[in-house]
Amino acid sequence: MADTAKPKGGGTAKSAGGRRRNRKNDTPNLADEQPKDLLDYYRQMLLVRRFEERTGQAYTQARIGGYCHLNLGEEATVVGLMSALNERDYLFTNYREHGYAIAKGISPRGVMAELYGRTTGVSKGWGGSMHMFDTEARLLGGYGIVGGQLPLATGAALAVSYRGGDEIVMCQMGDGTTNIGAWHESLNIASLWNLPVVYVVVNNFTGMGTTVEMSSAEPDLYKRGSAFRIEGQRVDGRDVLAVRDAATDLVERARSEQRPFLLEAFSHRMKGHSVVDPAKYRTQEQADEARAQENDPIALFEERLEKAGVLTEEAKKEITDSVREEVADAADFAENSPHPDVSTLFDYTYATPVANESRRMPADPVFAE
Amino acid sequence: MSVITYRQALRETLRAEMHRDEDVFLIGEEIGIFEGSYKITEGLLKEFGERRVRDTPIAEEGFVGTAIGAAMLGLRPVVELMTINFSLLAIDQIVNHAAKIYGMFGGQTSVPMVIRTPGGGGQQLGATHSQNIELFYSFVPGLKVLAPSTPGDAASMLRAAIRDDDPVLFLENLGLYNSKGEVPDDGDQVAEIGRAAVTREGSDITLIGYSRMAVVAQQVAEKLAEDDISVEVVDLRSLRPLDRETIVESVRKTGSAVIAEDDWLTYGIGAEIAATIQEGAFDFLDAPVRRVAMAEVPLPYAKPLETAALPSVDSVITAVKETLNAVGRRVG
Ligand SMILES: Cc1ncc(C[n+]2csc(CCOP(=O)(O)OP(=O)(O)O)c2C)c(N)n1
Repeated sequence: MADTAKPKGGGTAKSAGGRRRNRKNDTPNLADEQPKDLLDYYRQMLLVRRFEERTGQAYTQARIGGYCHLNLGEEATVVGLMSALNERDYLFTNYREHGYAIAKGISPRGVMAELYGRTTGVSKGWGGSMHMFDTEARLLGGYGIVGGQLPLATGAALAVSYRGGDEIVMCQMGDGTTNIGAWHESLNIASLWNLPVVYVVVNNFTGMGTTVEMSSAEPDLYKRGSAFRIEGQRVDGRDVLAVRDAATDLVERARSEQRPFLLEAFSHRMKGHSVVDPAKYRTQEQADEARAQENDPIALFEERLEKAGVLTEEAKKEITDSVREEVADAADFAENSPHPDVSTLFDYTYATPVANESRRMPADPVFAE
Repeated sequence: MSVITYRQALRETLRAEMHRDEDVFLIGEEIGIFEGSYKITEGLLKEFGERRVRDTPIAEEGFVGTAIGAAMLGLRPVVELMTINFSLLAIDQIVNHAAKIYGMFGGQTSVPMVIRTPGGGGQQLGATHSQNIELFYSFVPGLKVLAPSTPGDAASMLRAAIRDDDPVLFLENLGLYNSKGEVPDDGDQVAEIGRAAVTREGSDITLIGYSRMAVVAQQVAEKLAEDDISVEVVDLRSLRPLDRETIVESVRKTGSAVIAEDDWLTYGIGAEIAATIQEGAFDFLDAPVRRVAMAEVPLPYAKPLETAALPSVDSVITAVKETLNAVGRRVG
């Protein structure tokens, strides 16, 4: 199911592409799948793609502020991972989480409105691109500090275990995150305490511009759990079905065996690190590779579905149209939603109000009399 | 009322809260088998078992963050950090996560947790183990920072901290663990967070302190009473929120103030108090506000050097007398 073949290394998108071309073809057979599910994955991937394209556009039009990191090129990984979770499972992610939020069941309207900083956003306009949260969907946060989500996810798994619940926690991160202290401390604790958490490393071969080989002494990232006796697997993140199966396997094992697992998914980041990054550090060859048809998870899946007769011209048009409408609707919704009122500025500093909390505006005197 | 130590007050409160609420659990280094570096958690592992009293690896960032994540799902972890010096390894989780999660996500989840940790110099532990860096946390909206100076406050404020839905940094002090004081026997006093206390009334000068220095302030007031100097003592108790009203009200009455703090002077807690006083009691001041604080050095090991660097009863008395002289009252 998961590819545990040793890659050749080398550190560039090119060599990474090379290593994937060598892997055995272990993707699930379409004949074993429900066409309805396949079309659903296709639609979700397309939704994430179009949503992110629209996000990039809105960002360059200054409708969206701050940092903005997109899931373009990672749609199969996003959708495959989320299809392995059930509604009650918890998700923690890094700041590259718009697609995860949508695939976890949050309305694109709420995600787009958050990007626009409106009260109708998932985090009421307090979080922005990097900090989406939804109690009901059990997305317990996108986090902008690299590695910050790891101890938190570990703690959520502790709470589940403390109460004897049967939910699991998934903790998504990028390849660069495997070098931070919180990674080592979290995996150690999760393994010692038998916590039901699946750590997922989305390996897009680079942090911002720094490659895996430049930053990780063990570039086979799925092996880095072995220091903590955490079993790791690797999967082709361009293949939504392979990701789904690898993730489902580990998620269900975490649930039944009550211990942590590690999954590494290779995935191409089609564009720069964030919307404003022109990715000049990439050679032309690397840039071409990142955008190549053969690395585009949606093009790959579309071709397979068409060949198998699952995706007809008609169905494709219907899906494309409805996705376009949904994204346009999300953008309209965001555009027409209210900005938070300044009177709410002090609403969320503390959950339990206490005496002498400061409500001073910048130019106010400390003692207003 | 019984007279017990600050240490016993903490332990009994932890016990009682764990009995009261199944969601309360303890997590930290050496708190179980070893029963705590300062024996606050003595006997609790035996009584409650490993599920409720969790020994952690030496991984401050990891286990503080783990506690935060557990709190996000509604548990009420009480973390012990061996000393506040080691909190620096967890500062990302405390400042960038615990303090932010409620606001950053629009109030969707709170972080009901307590981080207990002692500060305090004077134990010849050298530069890395003798710091008073509660300022770092007092600076951050989203955190609450409590600093009890008596066993009674230790109990009622710890109870309040555990029942509060926000992350609370609960500052203890190595120099206070053996101090004794009265604590109610039925023990269900819950302090109000965010309130300072006038712990001794006086009319000549206001002396402000917190944690160990609030105790020193009491000793100073007692000594000076022998010379007919009437010192009003304000124990801050809560560093965030800060009870500015109580401070200013006292200074408006006495007309002068000395601040005693165990941290470094420049940018320290006392600087904030002095700024508060000039803004809230400018017209009432008869002399400049004085601060007594640690000498600005990494605290040395050698006893004479360490003693000289730390504020003491004598150094506070000197500052009080000089301030009263500046007011025009000759006190020698
Ligand atoms: C602690 C910390 N250090 C640095 C940064 C700046 N930064 C943001 S994203 C990033 C790269 C992270 O790479 P990776 O974990 O591979 O995730 P990716 O962006 O590729 O999804 C860096 C260095 C940060 N946000 N937090």
